[in-house]
This record gives sequence, C-alpha cells and structure tokens, in this order.
Amino acid sequence: MSSPKAVIMDETAISRAMTRIAHEIVEKNEGVENLALVGIVTRGDLLAKKLVDEIERIEGVRVPLGSLDISFYRDDYLTNFAPAVHATNIPFNLDGKRVVLVDDILYTGRTIRAALDAIMDLGRPNRVELAVLVDRGHRELPICPDFVGKNVPSSREENVRLYLEEVDGRSTVEIFDVAPGGHVGSAPLGGE
Amino acid sequence: MFNNHKHLIDISEYSDTELMTILQTAKAFSEVNERTIKKVPTLKGKTIVNMFNEPSTRTRSSFELAEKRLSADTLNFGGSSTSTVKGESLIDTVMTLDAYKIDCIVVRDKHAGAPHIVSQASPAVVIDAGDGKHGHPTQALLDLYSIWERKENFDGLKVGVVGDIGHSRVCGSLIPALKIMGAEVTAVGPNTLMPPRPDILGADHVSNSLDDVLPDLDVVYMLRIQRERLEGAPFPSEREYHKIYGLTQARERLMKPDAIVCHPGPINRGVEFDSYMPDHPERSVILDQVYAGICVRMAALYLLLGGADNGLAS
Amino acid sequence: MALLLKNAHVVDPAVELDGCMDVLVEGDKIAAVGENLACEGAEVIDLSGKYLVPGLVDMHVHLREPGFEAKGDIASETAAAAKGGFTGVCAMPNTNPVTDNGVVVEYIKSVAAAKGHCRVYPSGAMTKGLKGEIIAEMGDMVEHGAVAFTDDGRGIQGAGMLRRAMDYGQMFGKTFMSHCQDDDLVGDGQINEGAVSTRLGLLGWPAEGEELQIMRDIMIAELTGAKLHIQHISTARGLDMVRAAKAKGLPVTCEATPHHLFLTEDAIDGTYNTCFKVNPPLRTAADAEALIAGVIDGSVDAIATDHAPHSDWEKSREFELAPFGMTGLETALGLVITKLVKTGKITFGRMVELMAIEPRKILGLDQVAIAEGSVADLTVFDADMAWTVSEDDFASHAKNSGFKGVELTGRATDVFVGGKRTLANGVVC
Repeated sequence: MSSPKAVIMDETAISRAMTRIAHEIVEKNEGVENLALVGIVTRGDLLAKKLVDEIERIEGVRVPLGSLDISFYRDDYLTNFAPAVHATNIPFNLDGKRVVLVDDILYTGRTIRAALDAIMDLGRPNRVELAVLVDRGHRELPICPDFVGKNVPSSREENVRLYLEEVDGRSTVEIFDVAPGGHVGSAPLGGE
Repeated sequence: MFNNHKHLIDISEYSDTELMTILQTAKAFSEVNERTIKKVPTLKGKTIVNMFNEPSTRTRSSFELAEKRLSADTLNFGGSSTSTVKGESLIDTVMTLDAYKIDCIVVRDKHAGAPHIVSQASPAVVIDAGDGKHGHPTQALLDLYSIWERKENFDGLKVGVVGDIGHSRVCGSLIPALKIMGAEVTAVGPNTLMPPRPDILGADHVSNSLDDVLPDLDVVYMLRIQRERLEGAPFPSEREYHKIYGLTQARERLMKPDAIVCHPGPINRGVEFDSYMPDHPERSVILDQVYAGICVRMAALYLLLGGADNGLAS
Repeated sequence: MALLLKNAHVVDPAVELDGCMDVLVEGDKIAAVGENLACEGAEVIDLSGKYLVPGLVDMHVHLREPGFEAKGDIASETAAAAKGGFTGVCAMPNTNPVTDNGVVVEYIKSVAAAKGHCRVYPSGAMTKGLKGEIIAEMGDMVEHGAVAFTDDGRGIQGAGMLRRAMDYGQMFGKTFMSHCQDDDLVGDGQINEGAVSTRLGLLGWPAEGEELQIMRDIMIAELTGAKLHIQHISTARGLDMVRAAKAKGLPVTCEATPHHLFLTEDAIDGTYNTCFKVNPPLRTAADAEALIAGVIDGSVDAIATDHAPHSDWEKSREFELAPFGMTGLETALGLVITKLVKTGKITFGRMVELMAIEPRKILGLDQVAIAEGSVADLTVFDADMAWTVSEDDFASHAKNSGFKGVELTGRATDVFVGGKRTLANGVVC
C-alpha cells in the first residue's frame, strides 16, 4: 500500500464531526422517537455505533442499531467481485422507522442505491436519511446526503479512505493515488 | 469464478480456507433466508439450467429455491423430458442448452463423471448435483455447514460415517471434505457396503462395529439404506441391518452427551435409526441440514457466478 | 517380377540371423538371402539403416466386419495393420452375425482377399452366438479356414460348458483362446478395482475376476488335453498361474497387450477418459511391471494388441456407457521398440519372437523365416524414426487410441505380404 498524499481528517476531527452529525440527526428528527440507525459494512457500521453512542449521551436514549451488507445488491457484482460477505444484522422491525443510513465515504452513490434496495427488501421504513463522514463528489446517481461530516474535493484518480481505530489501529481519513488497476473504494478489513 | 475454481465438481480441489469461505458466505445467506422477503437481486439476468438426468426431488428443489432467491432465471431440464431418454448424447444435449445462452448448468446424473463431461463440452459454470457413485459436493457442503453450526470447529472432530459408503455419492465428497477441514473420519459398516479403498476417500479408520466406535464420536452420520435394491443385496435383511447398525435407543446411551446425528435424507425410520432419533431435539440436525442446503447452494452459486473472469461477463 | 531388398539389417532368431544383408524375393517367396546379391531386372529397394524381420502377426484384432462397419471394416483395419507393420492379423469372432459357422469365416476371407491390406486369419467362436450355451460348428469353421477358437469379449461362464467345447474341439488341433472374466464377480465393473475406482466412483473390475478364470481354464485344459492360450493377460498373479502351468509342461501360452504393458489405471484418474476404458481394465503399475518381466523371461509368449475400433460418438459418452476397447495396430511396434528394445529390456530378436514367431506358432500357421523358400511376408522398420502418435495420422477408421500424443521411436516403413508391397515408405498400398 502506498503512503497517503494527505491526511484530511485526524481522530479529533472525525470525533468532532460525529458529535455534530449526532446533534443534527436529533435536531432534524425532533428527538429520537422511531429513530433507528443502519450502518453499511465495512466501517459505516462502526460509525453508526459511534453515532448511537453520541445520541445516547445527548438524549439518554439508546436508539436501535443495525448493520447492512450490500454485497448481494451490488450492480458491479460481475466486475468488482469480492467474496468476503458479512452478514446483515438488523435486530429490529424497520416498518415505520425513521432510518438513518450511515456510510463512511460517499462517492458515486451506487452503494447507497444498493443499500436502499436492501432496506426496502427488509421492511417499509417511514423515512430514510443518509449520513456520511466524507462526501467526495462525483455522484453518478441522484443521491444527496442529509448529514455530512466533511466535503472533500477529489479527483477520480484518487482514493479517499477511512481508517478506524477498532479495525485499523488508527482513526484517519486519507487520500491516495489509485494504483493502476487498483480499485476505488473502502480499504479491505485486515489490510490489502 | 471463485479463486481459481470455475466449477464445483471435485470438492477435493478446494482448500480448507476456501471451504470455510463458502460456509461463511452461506451464513450470510442464512440471514436472507430468515427474511420476510427471501430474495436478493444478485443473480438477476443469469440463466441457470437444472439438468437432472435422474429423478431427484430434494436436491432439485433446494437448488431451484436457491437460484430463485438469488433472482436467477431457472430452467428445469430433465426427468422424462430429457433428450437423453430419446437417445441424444449428453454432449449433444449440453451443446443444445448452450445455444440458449446460459450461464450455469447444475448436473445430476446417474453416471459417474457426467459433470466432468459437461464441463468440457460447455463454457458454462458447472455444479455437480450428484453423479453416480462419484460425488455430491453441495451435499458435503451442507453437511459441513450443519456440523460447523453445532460444533464450531472441525479440528480433531471425530465423525463416524455409518452405512452404505461404497455406493454413496455423498461419501465421495463428504469424507474428503471432512478430511480437508481437519476432522477424523471413521467409516462404519459391513464390508459389503465399503468401497474397495476407504482410505483413498480419506477414512482414517474402518470398523464393522458401530458399538465399538460410537462412544468416541462427536458426529454420527447415518447414510441412507437403499431399500429399492433387493437382488444382490449387500446384507440379509433390514431387520439384521437395524440390529447391527441401527441407531437404537440402547445404542444412544453409548453416545457422547453432545454428539449429534446427521442424515442426508430421505430417512428410513426403523432402519437407520429408531423412529424417535430423527426428531431428537438435541441430537438430530437432519432438518437443519435441509435448511443448510439452500444456504450453501446460494453461496456456491454466488461465489462461482461472481467476478468477471468466468468468461461470461461480456 | 523379382524384388531385391538391399542392405537391410536382418533379424530372425529362427535362423539365427542378425546382420546386414540382402534379400531377394521372387514371386511370393524368398529366393535368396546373402551379402551382395544381384539379380538382373529386379526392382531394387535400398533398405540401408532399416531392419527387416519376418512379417509381424497380431493375433488379437477386431476387424468389426461383418456387422459393425461404422466402427471399422476389413479394408480400413487391415490398412491400419499394414501401417503398423503387420503382415497378418487374427480376427476375433464377435462380429454380427457372430463368426460361429463356416459361412461367416468364408465371408471374412473373401472380403479380406478383395479389399484387405494384410492376411486375415479368422478365429471361430467356441459357442454359438458367443452365448456360452451350445458348442459352435468348429469342424465346419476349421474346414473353411478358422485358425483358432475363442469367445473373446466374454469368458465362458460354465466350467462344464468350457469342458464340452474343449473336449469336442480339440480333435481339430486348434488352440483355444480364452478371454478370462467371471461375470458374477466382475458384474458391471468399469475399471480396475482399487484406489482409482474408489476415487472416481466407478464400479471395480477386480483382478480376481480374471484370475479365477485363468486358473479354471488351465485346469480344464489339463483335464481335456486342449491347447490353451490366455488372451490379454493383465495381472501379475494371472501371469504366475500361466508360469506355473508352463513349468508343469502344459500347452498353455499367453499374450499381453501394449496397453496393459505400458499404461496403468492412473491414466483414468481425474480424467474419465474413455479411451482408457478397456477389458480387462488397465491395472496397477505393479501388474504392468510384472507383465514386462514376463515378456523378458518368456512367460508372456506374444504381444497382441486387442485392436478394438469404436466410433468417436460411442467413446464420447459417460464413462459407464462407453464401450470397452482401444485401437493398437498402428502403435504396437513403435511402443515395443521405444519401451522395451530401446530401453535394453529385450532385443530385436526377442521382439520378433513375441510379434511374429510365437503368434504363428500358437495359431498353427506356417512359419515365415528370412531364408530361401520361405513365404515373403516381411516387415521393414526404421528403428530410429521419431514420431508422435496423432489421430490425424491413423489409417484405422477409429481414433480411440490410448497413446495419442505419445512420442515414440521406431516405425514400420515397408511391408511385403507374399512378396507384394502393402506399405511403401510409410504409405499403405
């Protein structure tokens, strides 16, 4: 793995952004009634847990938390196939919930499209909102986040990746040049 | 394409980590199968032919459900409708199917090696759904899955396979698969039901006595006795078979408290075991195996039909 | 017209020849053998660097005619024989109709005379329809030219039936050739019973299924006084039985095929390649080694191919549905030279015994010697010619060789049958 061109968020910045997003979610939803968070694996699920912790600190209520693997819903199954599948775990009924989908980096929007399809197969939420830590632009679908930690202008030849203490040993958002033939997307768990 | 595997025919070509990846993927699909909407769009637009050249209800149903829950288009080709019945050769039939522009052929055939022939005649992904007395890899996978769910680890796990090993396609895949995963396998049965070389399949021990080995086993895998075979029968009567190899109430007392009982089905109550055994809430995993069949078949289809390197993406 | 074959390395142990000389052929006979022969007006063929031996005879061949011409016919398979260096073949009786009467023997002889590229020696069935129930008309068949009796393709299941056939038939002085296979023990066996059959899930064809009948046939031959020849012997223990019978002075001989000598069951492992499906099946490496030892020590009398042509579509099937048998006429000589002579296991002299002298002796044919007055059935081969077995190259109608792609050294270049050239520089005439 090449070294990053830049570290655009450090642990403190990530933490501050998460705190702010938690406040915004509570504010926009006028509380936590019927609220549920669903994180997209890998790492969106970990961010969702941080948000649930923050919301509990703010409101004193622990909202339901789920994780979603979108492997079975991807539109690039044939060309960008990764056999590692992580089980979806949504231990509550989605029907009527105000669901906040949580992802780490928002890029083309295709992951969110897949996640929306997956959510719809699992139940009928009242409303779905989207929270992301980083929006790096280059959308290919009409998808717009409701909560953003940081807007990061990037080129298509760059990879923007989140690393988290729990799985990577450090919490940062870094920019890399994409190696020829390399894939744009999350860092694999357990390293390249 | 899953790693360098295009087909699932010979399970002994898969490594322990690859088999574990299949089991873990099956676990992810287990979640899908618990949903209200038991369907994901993964194989949308893929065409899978279930070419069943001999009668099979369970395996075909399981494959068909797995394919449908993955959103593939499925075509059942077989039974009395097969061209082979009309005298067409297997290769000509496969070439006809290929002209339909299909992506995967699931093959069940009474002749050993038929999936091998299909894989040479067709560019499609081939999954062996049981061929003659040779193999039945997805059965082995579902067995592994059911055992894994209950025992969590295969290392040193003592598995006894009891009954008609010599005429069993299940054993042709199951015993090698258990060996790959690190289990210790004992083949149990009369010599008339043993293959010429049980060791070649991977059996560590061979015994004629179920009573001798039962106290050591973590998993007791009872094979189906083929009742339809009468002439040249390998044992004198079902009564005597049950007496020597049946999992009776008296024999159950010899078992470890946490030993489990598997069976590939269809079961013969009163032959392979006393009638209460398949319903035993702690020991019997027989219905879990049926459920696991859908999950591992979804996993195998997902892994083999994914990726651009299968030559089908274009 | 006379034919002068110059400078060939002549090998014929029967007349203790092993050296460079000339052979003069006049009409269908050898007129002279010696150094620096000359003959006014004779066609001279320079065979420098090549070997000349008594014409090879394959005593176990399926010509498929009459009845199975889609697999091969007398014209195509005798062409294969010529290309392989043979001057004669013994045709097996499992035709349709079965060669169990003089009419079919005559038919084969007449087609061979009209269209054949080598001599054809028909064998006759021991039992009518090869059914193992009623003695065939052996006397009639001998009168029309049958050279031996066999129910090849199956073993005679009843010991009493075998005894009747031998008791009755031995008055005609011919050899009884046995395909040894106990049906009850072999059942639907597909390949040698053991590791490979277990791995491939194919029913085993146990060695004992052959050995039982070898033992029985030897005992019945001893009881009846009949001459017995064990066909395509494939197991070490079966060969030991033949050895013991010979030691006892019984008139028992046996043949081994190139595929049982040079291939094993391992060839089938993982491939389900139906070209390797033969009967009796390819056995273990230890069996093949024992057979080669028998070839060297004389326990194996003859090398015969059991040439069994089949249509491509018949072999392109599920292993259990494909017919037994592989072709052999065009590869036998190259295999024997490459695997036995070039490796120093046997001499060219021993090769001539195995492929020319002994087959004629067992079949009761007149011997061919490289000597004045002998019939000019001659095989010429280049012992150093390197070639690769390819199905595009076969003269046989069939392609089911188990040796495709194998690199060999040594190949027939010219064959003369009764002084008439049937192979010229590797081309069948």
